[in-house]
Amino acid sequence: MAFESLANRLQNAFDKLRGRGKIDETIVNEAMREVRLALLEADVNFKVVKDFVARVKERAVGQEVMKSLTPGQMVIKIVNEELVELMGGNVAQLTMSHRPPTVIMMAGLQGAGKTTTTGKLAKYLTKQNRKPLMVAGDIYRPAAIKQLQVLGEQLNIPVFALGDQVSPVEIARQAIEHAKANNLDVVLIDTAGRLHIDEALMEELKQVREVAKPDEILLVVDAMTGQDAVNVAESFNSQLELTGVVLTKLDGDTRGGAALSVKAVTGKPIKFAAMGEKMDALEAFHPDRMASRILGMGDVLSLIEKAQANVDEEKARDMERQMRQGEFTFDMFLDSMQQLRNMGPFEDILGMLPGMNKMKGKMNVDEKQIARVEAIAKSMTKAERANPDLLNASRRKRIAAGSGTSIQEVNRFIKQFDDMKKMMKQFSGTAEKMMKKSKKKGGMGLPFMGKGKGGNPGGMNFPFNFKPPFK
Amino acid sequence: MSFFKRLRDAIVQKSEEVTQKFTDGLAKTRDLLVEKVEDLVRRYKKIDDDFFDELEEILITSDVGVNTVMELIDDLRGEVRKHKIENAIDLQPILSEKLVALLKNDEAADTALNVEDGRLNVILFVGVNGVGKTTTIGKMAHMFKQQGKKVLLAAGDTFRAAAIEQLEVWGDRVGVEVIKQQQGSDPAAVIYDAVQAAKSRNVDVLLCDTAGRLQNKVNLMEELAKVHRVLARELPGAPHEVLLVLDATTGQNALSQAKTFGESAGVTGIVLTKLDGTAKGGIVIAIRNELNIPVKYVGLGEKMDDLQPFDPEQFVHALFAGLIQQETEAENTQG
Repeated sequence: MAFESLANRLQNAFDKLRGRGKIDETIVNEAMREVRLALLEADVNFKVVKDFVARVKERAVGQEVMKSLTPGQMVIKIVNEELVELMGGNVAQLTMSHRPPTVIMMAGLQGAGKTTTTGKLAKYLTKQNRKPLMVAGDIYRPAAIKQLQVLGEQLNIPVFALGDQVSPVEIARQAIEHAKANNLDVVLIDTAGRLHIDEALMEELKQVREVAKPDEILLVVDAMTGQDAVNVAESFNSQLELTGVVLTKLDGDTRGGAALSVKAVTGKPIKFAAMGEKMDALEAFHPDRMASRILGMGDVLSLIEKAQANVDEEKARDMERQMRQGEFTFDMFLDSMQQLRNMGPFEDILGMLPGMNKMKGKMNVDEKQIARVEAIAKSMTKAERANPDLLNASRRKRIAAGSGTSIQEVNRFIKQFDDMKKMMKQFSGTAEKMMKKSKKKGGMGLPFMGKGKGGNPGGMNFPFNFKPPFK
Repeated sequence: MSFFKRLRDAIVQKSEEVTQKFTDGLAKTRDLLVEKVEDLVRRYKKIDDDFFDELEEILITSDVGVNTVMELIDDLRGEVRKHKIENAIDLQPILSEKLVALLKNDEAADTALNVEDGRLNVILFVGVNGVGKTTTIGKMAHMFKQQGKKVLLAAGDTFRAAAIEQLEVWGDRVGVEVIKQQQGSDPAAVIYDAVQAAKSRNVDVLLCDTAGRLQNKVNLMEELAKVHRVLARELPGAPHEVLLVLDATTGQNALSQAKTFGESAGVTGIVLTKLDGTAKGGIVIAIRNELNIPVKYVGLGEKMDDLQPFDPEQFVHALFAGLIQQETEAENTQG
């Protein structure tokens, strides 16, 4: 990707301007030029950028720089705060009707991901003990109804369809009756994709709205949308009165400036973010994280939260104690791999680290390679796992055969494992110091080191050929 | 302004129907890009910094791309200094010419598809999710059928729910056969079957669908490379074209898509879809300027025959239709 992170760019711009105690106009102008370019490159709408930059400028000029920060960091801080503010501050919830069924209507352009999102949202609702009904209201696109039915089968969620000869308005009406009769408490209406300039189809959506009286009208927006996002959001909003937005395809490498544009012109909250091919890849939208993403500052927060939710604290503490004594066994390795994987696909985790987003994709994190490494470790006997010194040539041969790998691969892995172990030893010495340091930053802890330890694993050699370059 | 005259003469040679399609399909882009520029030129008598700022805004909001716009503006500033241009109105033809130059990047000039008579031609379609790959295949199948060619479709999107059915519906509409397997099967296997079937049935054109994938998913891009390998192995020279389908509403990420797919799938051309719905034909310029992949086809509407070969001259003509007309009228009154 051609995008340099905003943080880096600002840093370069500020190197010239070091040593000033106040943020004066020169600094701000210098900084704002970079901020503006970063936002434009992230596809934030031009007008939105203009307003935003003006507002930040006003706030930034004359600000005292906090002691611990450079002027550059101070400006980033202000920019980040303003961005979060602009994107809605807090996480928005779905409105649930007091008198079920709650009706949720999906709308958007072709190919934004409405049908897939309908499936994901239904799955999300079942997790909250709701009983959703998906309604196949896209009678135009070939096989759209079938697509929803297949999703319904996969997810075990009922789908209401009347074929492609009945008008969407009638389908919506009957679907709600059906939901009432069958005690289904949320009705999700999929609609056909349409251009916001297509008046006939927009009229149809309005009629569906009249009949269904939805509690939520969600606009599904492709995160990769360019400058046009504003017009799309504006016209859907003015015709339908949206209640919220779902941002899709955020697992790509787009910076997603569309999020900001859409929020700015409609004033409606972004409620969900879809980020993956799987049906459970739908998350509540966190404005603060999106802010860092647009600025190219990674998504450290999300990662920390994921790590906190998934790392078994007790195990981590246990491991940490052992590690401090300089022990590191294959058992511990397997445990930590397991915990790391609980956080989600490895690639996702990497993408959340600052500076890594760019490398995502290039780095070739091969989940299969990780699986192979795990297979090797699992093909060892308990004794071998606890005491790696046992591994002589004939044992290695057996392990290679057992894991379906070659001896070379086993050797390489054991070598990497040894390197890692050495590093752990060095680490444990400095762990105390680092703990204090990293607490301030909320450093990210890989489970190898126990929760919340983190700090500086630079040069740590993971046994699957990647070096995390984060500091 | 002989430049517009030349352009007009070039267009006159071409089919009126196609010209109309471009003119209609690009109406939105024209409104935004060209008319705003005209309005700008009218409002600013003198060229100053504000003028350039506004021009920059117009271009960026058309998704022309930040880098391209910055270059363009620098260029224009240079011209203004060099030729001591003071009136905004005198800058307009220079701007138009520069835009056309960007579009007519010579290395990417060849918009014809590599399809020859007397052999099996394989075209592979790739792209991210939701750009309109399957629809484009349907339209292209229709186009080849109209040309009297024997067409076969391969349902290589085995991932998305009902993608196979969607292609089958298109197959029925157009009247061509679809080679498929179950959802979830290996796409390379489907493509293999399709090539065998195409060979034995003496097919002229085989159009291969693939599942949408975001370009940063390494595994999925690998899968695409495998499909590519299978094709090359089963039929020397295949795939003859790898078309990247891009959604015209996409912003700067389109460049990343073109780059990554270009590297891992050997993209030979771009199909730009949904150009009618967006005010943002600008991405065409960005792609031309920053990558050497030609835009070969554009989707200008929802009907079966709304897929058109991309013609930079038509594109520019459609954009500047208003200006060209004005000029013609001016000439007529003079003469």
